[in-house]
Parts: sequence; structure tokens; C-alpha cells
Amino acid sequence: MITLTVNRKEHAVEADPATPLLWVLRDMLHLTGTKYGCGMAQCGACTVHLDGEAIRSCVTPVSRAEGKQVTTIEGLSPDGTHPLQLAWIEDDVPQCGYCQSGQIMSAAVLLREKSDPSDEDIDLAMSGNICRCGTYQRIRCAIHRAAKMNGGAK
Amino acid sequence: MSTPLSIGRRGFLKTGALLTGGLVIGFTVPLAKRVQAQGEPGKLPSPNAFLRIGADGSILVLLAHVEMGQGIWTTLPMLIAEELDADWSKVKAEHAPAAPTYFHTAFGIQITGGSTTTHSEFDRYRQVGAMARALLVEAAAKKFGVKPEDCKTENGQVISGSNKASYGELAEAAAKLPKPEKVTLKDPKDWKLIGKGKKRLDSPEKVNGTAKFGIDVQLPDMLTAVVARPPGFGGKVKSFDATAAKAVPGVREVVQVPSGVAVLADHFWAAKLGREALKIDWDPGPNAGLDSKKLRQEFRKLAGTDGATAVKAGDVVKELENGAKTIDAEYFLPYLAHSPMEPLNCTVRITPEKCEIWAGTQLQTVDQGHAARITGMKPEQVDIHTTFLGGGFGRRATATSDFISEAVEVAKASGKTVKVVWTREDDVRGGYYRPAFLHHAKIALDEDGHPKAWKHVLVGQSIAAGTPFEPMMIKDGVDATSVEGVSDSPYMKDVPNHRVDLHSPKTGVPVLWWRSVGHSHTAFVMESLIDELAHAAGKDPVEYRRMLLKDHPRHLAALNLAAEKAEWDKPPKEGVSRGVAVHESFGSFVAQVAEVSVSKEGELKVHRVVCAIDCGLAVNPDGVKAQMESGIIFALTAVKYGQITFEDGKVKQRNFHDYPILRMHEAPLIEAHIVQSTEKMGGAGECGVPPLAPAVGNAIFAATGKRVRELPLRPDELKHA
Repeated sequence: MITLTVNRKEHAVEADPATPLLWVLRDMLHLTGTKYGCGMAQCGACTVHLDGEAIRSCVTPVSRAEGKQVTTIEGLSPDGTHPLQLAWIEDDVPQCGYCQSGQIMSAAVLLREKSDPSDEDIDLAMSGNICRCGTYQRIRCAIHRAAKMNGGAK
Repeated sequence: MSTPLSIGRRGFLKTGALLTGGLVIGFTVPLAKRVQAQGEPGKLPSPNAFLRIGADGSILVLLAHVEMGQGIWTTLPMLIAEELDADWSKVKAEHAPAAPTYFHTAFGIQITGGSTTTHSEFDRYRQVGAMARALLVEAAAKKFGVKPEDCKTENGQVISGSNKASYGELAEAAAKLPKPEKVTLKDPKDWKLIGKGKKRLDSPEKVNGTAKFGIDVQLPDMLTAVVARPPGFGGKVKSFDATAAKAVPGVREVVQVPSGVAVLADHFWAAKLGREALKIDWDPGPNAGLDSKKLRQEFRKLAGTDGATAVKAGDVVKELENGAKTIDAEYFLPYLAHSPMEPLNCTVRITPEKCEIWAGTQLQTVDQGHAARITGMKPEQVDIHTTFLGGGFGRRATATSDFISEAVEVAKASGKTVKVVWTREDDVRGGYYRPAFLHHAKIALDEDGHPKAWKHVLVGQSIAAGTPFEPMMIKDGVDATSVEGVSDSPYMKDVPNHRVDLHSPKTGVPVLWWRSVGHSHTAFVMESLIDELAHAAGKDPVEYRRMLLKDHPRHLAALNLAAEKAEWDKPPKEGVSRGVAVHESFGSFVAQVAEVSVSKEGELKVHRVVCAIDCGLAVNPDGVKAQMESGIIFALTAVKYGQITFEDGKVKQRNFHDYPILRMHEAPLIEAHIVQSTEKMGGAGECGVPPLAPAVGNAIFAATGKRVRELPLRPDELKHA
């Protein structure tokens, strides 16, 4: 048994310690907002927070999450009103939407670190997240918008 | 371990309940037949199939087409809501089930493709809204004791003088009225939504993790499977040993299916580990020698011979010999994978009564046929629950229903409810690629710089050959999707002596439509060649196109708007070079100006792309712009990185590290503009792709003097002083 705290809720799962956190979240805890895209930390669709840091859950063994706080897209805000979520809706960012959980989780860490990120900051923080629909321009706008909502941007 | 009755299952059950009419009250118009043929002239659609109005005023729109990013989840409901005068805040959308009622109005099967959704549904969905409105008005008139003509509708209410009733209150009474014989649609000047646009209805669930894709499906007692497929196309299992696979904790079963060996487990990870533990002896099959270099040589050899002629005029052989200037050029584009972000997957549950399928699919009718064949059931016993598609780009519409057929086979062989999930490697190596194409063009210019003779030979696999689409798509040996954009090019038509020939070699590589289909290679070749001709004629690329396209007003409108917005008449910024292209596809006309720089080391940077589209009426303008942005990034990925190659019968690429996708820091600024147009409506989803590669290639020529005749770019060859 491995004990995990996901979105402030404790879970005990029976999983091999080497199982990637992604599959524990998706197939055992049924938190399917976190997506599988590549399985080798190339695309960022599986991004979650581990003690507040963005990690690729597809290559993170579940054992590494033991005793730590895991936050997934489902737990980013209690009611879907994180400034990034609101900005994403306002800028019509999602297309197919599959990568957007990971995009938002990466952006959330960026905004926490830099309240008013520059385009270069955004490039740096977001270049690990692939969007096949090519929504990058709108993601950039939405991050700036969320920064403004937070009062971060001047 | 935990209960499988997750959020996902509830979401899908809701669909089932709706289809049997169990959840929503009101608005069930009695029909002679529940399933009625669509697309017959003069016959109105069944509102019941497309729209449900709840007693609470909720408006549910059922979508005959699927949402894969292109925005129809919002655009189709807009069409109904416009005519209905609905309260937009109460409008929701859901994918329709698989049934003849939802057949494409032009294609006669249930399909999402060809950038056709909005224009093919423009009348049907508006008619549904107008019919529902008429019934609600009639019900209200009775209730108020007034004539229907004395009622107006507004924001989900019928109003007559001081009387007001909400659609929710009226739904039950309206449902009992006979369906109107005919309806009058709004005058375009009265449109409140069409042409103005709405925010996407699917965003809220796509930003909080609740949107359900096929891969998110959870059913009771469901197992997850991964399939070991042959290392090369056409390979077969000779024998296999599953002892070690079955010893992996969580693995429940191993079964052989026509496509390989499936490992079924409690969850994906166990299934994947189980697959790795399989020992399989493969018969490599007929394509063991498949090799990209050899293929290219064969293509080149074929290009030197006559093929099936798509179009011809005049005497091309004679006139090629007496031009003022001539161009002789070979272009080559590789095989490409679609790589949707959501790897392919499909969930199947077979019971004695029916076969249920949960999947993100673009081609339900064909899927039903294959599932019926495999299970021995009738197509109507195959229920398809279409989820959101995590990207399609054509990959989720194969004539073989490959990823769905396989899952049905796994469910049948194992007797289990099963979700088959492809890994990214399975997807990259799984075939169904955009076919590689080699073009060879010989063009002669007259004294004024007009092309007077043009011989064009294309070599590349047919997408339709050997599929049920063959009779529709192949005429006289020419697959229309192989030559579209060349044989019907406005330039070609105006060249007095021309001939377009096609060779469609069989290679053993499964090929498929890839966002913009034939235009994905033909636009690159044609618009690069036009740039070569402009250069040879000593003319400005935009001016030269204006000269050749003088009788093609929609091309011109797009070209002129893009040139104006990009300030083509002024010199580009220091260090930046520009290229232009304009191309018609799927009924729309798109021009793009790319602004690039190329480093001395040959590295390309695309700074900005200015895009203009004439798609006729843009129902949801921001949605059209989003599709231009999307198409441009999709195309730029192919320009910089896209290629699938073969060696020793195997696909060389595996995952995003060697089949890269464009990333945030490489994405140019994109400015999309829409030509104000009342011309015939065209598409949007694919039309932004074709002009990008030639616009970028032409800009590279402007920057370096090096002509790009092959993709993806090879920075080594773009090095310059």
C-alpha cells in the first residue's frame, strides 16, 4: 500500500512503487483530467504539482509522491475559477482540449514564481508542453490575462 | 480496488438516458419514423433528433458532427439558437449517437471531415431551430389566447403584449403539436449570433479536467489492453509465448487478434509491462524491405514516365521547347503522422444484444459496419458513444476503422469489456500517414512572364485505392485527392498548354487523409513554383500572382487583404524576409504572408504570419481565426520537423523526441483576418494549413537565395554567408 495525498485528500493505493504516478491518478483514482501523451516527459500533458512543483507524472514513480502533496487539474481550484482557468475561457484557448490540463498546471507554477511574466518567461516555462492544435498564441494571451487578474501585471 | 463508477461513467450514462428520452421532458415531436432519411430536397429535418428542450428551459443540441478542436460544439448550437431565439446561457451540446438521422447532408454517412461541418449543416440546424420556435410560438399563442402572429420570441421566451412564457414552460405543450410543414428562416440582417460569434461552449470542462475523451472512459469490470503489433506493415504473428506476460501483476489475459497480440490488465501500466514481457515470433510479411531511400528512387523513376492523365490542354511537349525561360524542378514531401495529442483508443462492451463502443471517432457509420461484421450483429445493434476527440486531423477516420475494429476484436476474443489504448510509439509507428509525394514540373514562360506550357507529374500513393471510397474518389486511374490543388489550380487552368499526370504506386504503407489531404503537398509545390516563375520573370511575388489570378476574384481578395495587412508595399523590417502564398481548399481561399529570418547556421525563425481567409460567411469569426492559427502551427511543424521514414521494413521514428511537434517558443505571432464575403461558404478546419509551407519556403528564398524544394527543412542546406 502506498499512501498519497491528492488534492488534499488521502488515498491508499495498491500499486507497485515503480508505477508512474500518472497511471495511479488515472486508472486507480479515476482522476482522468491528467492526460497521457507520450510516456517519456516530452509533451507535458501529464503535468501535475508535487509539493507545488510542476512534474511530469508519466515518468514519476508513485513512490516519489508518497507523503507529498499532489495537485492535479481537478484540485487546482475548488470551483474552476483559478485566474488561469477564467482566462483560458475568456481567450477561447482550448481546441481539442486534451493538452490543456497540463498547460494550465505548468502555467500555474510560472505565475506563482513570476506574477508578471514576460513573453520570454512564458516561452521558457511552457516549452515543455506540446499543443498539437497550436493554441500557443492564445495560451500566451491567457497567461498575461491571468497575471492581470491577479494584479501581477503593471 | 476503487469503484469504477467514476465521473466518466456518469457522463456517458447521461447520454444513454437522453437517447431513450428518459431525462429530458418535453419537446418530443411525434414522428412517423424515428429514423428518417436526411438530405432529401424539400424535406425538413426531425427537430427531435437534434434538439431537446427541458421543462427547466435547458436547450440541448445534439451534434451530427464531432468536436475535435475545430469548434463545432459551439457553432452548430449557434445555428439553432439563432433561429430559436434561445437564451444562450441555457444552451448545451452533446454528440449524437450513430444513426442514419445524423448522416452528413452531402456524404450520406455519418462523418466529420473535409472541413464541411458548418456549411453542410447551415440549413439543417437553422431549420431545426426555426421549427422549434414555430411550435413554441403556437403553444404560447394557445395559452395566451392570441394569434401566433401576435407573438414574438426573445431570449428563451415567447412574448405577446403583457403575456410572457418561457420555453421551458411551453416545451411540453409544444411537443404535442404537429411538426410544421415549412418554416421561414431569419433574414440575415436580423442575425444576433451568426457572424458575430460566441465563446466556446466546451471551454469550462476543458480547463478543469472534466471533459471526457475516449481514453477517460471507465466502465464496470473494464480491463485495459495494449496490443503488440507487427514491427513492419503487413507482418503477422507466427507464434507467441505469454508466460512471462501473464506473470506480470495485474495482467488478466492475453489474446491473439488479427492485428497482433493483446494484453489485458487491470490498468494501462500493467498491460504495457505485460506487452513488454511477451515473446512473439513475427512473420515480417511482404514489406520487410521497405526503405525510404529506395522508395524515393522508385518515385523519381516513375516521374520520368507518363502516368494517368488528370487534365491536359494544348501541346505541352512542343511548347515546352520554345519558351523564353524554362523551369525544371523536382519537389519532395515525406510521409507524415497525424500525432493527435490523445493517443488512439477505443472501449468496447459486447453483450448478446449489442456491441457498445466508446471512442473519439470521425466516421461512425463505417465503424458500425466493421463492428457489425466482426461481431456478427447488425449495424443498428452497434451503439457508438462518441466522446470528445483529443485531436483528429483525419487520423480518427479510416476506411478500416483500424483502432475501433481492433478493440472490437479484442473484446470479442477475450469476452471482456475492454479499453484498448495505444502508446505514443504505437501511434507514431501505426501507419495511416499522409502519403509521401514527389512532383516533377517543367514549365515554359512566354516573353511577358506568363506560363505558356506546364507539365506536371505527381508520384504518390492513393488514399482511396482499395477502400470503399475508391469508386467515389478515383476516376480513370486518378485519385482526386492526389492531384487536388494541381489539376484544378487556377494557374494550371489558364496555361494554354498543360498536362498533369499521376502515378499511384503501391508501397505497403497504410496512407490516409492528413489535415488538408492533397493540398498539404500540392499547395507547397504549386505556390513555390509560382514563386520560382515570378523570380524568373523578374516580378514581385504578389504582383505576379495578381497578374495570373486576375480572373479569380476570391483568390485575389484573400491575397490582397493579406498583402495589405502585412504591408507588403513597404520594405520588411531589417533582417526579416517575406514570402507569400495563396491557395484554395475545401471551398475557402487563404493567403498568408510569412516573415522569417534564417541564421547563418541555417536555423529558421518565423516571426509573424499574416493570414487572410475568404470562407464566405464566417458563422463564428473568432472560431475561424482560431482554425487559421491552428492550421498554421500544424503546417509549420511539418515544415520544420515532420517526416516518417522507413528502414529495413520498419518506421524509424518513435515518439515526440524524434517526431517533434512545434513548441511555444517556436510559435510565430499570427494575425488572422477574414475577408468580408457573401460568396459561397467554405471550410476552415483544414484551409489554414496549405499556404503556410510555401509562404515560409518563399520567404526562405528571399532571405537566402536558396529554393526549398523538399520538406522538412534541412538547416545544413540553408547555411549562408
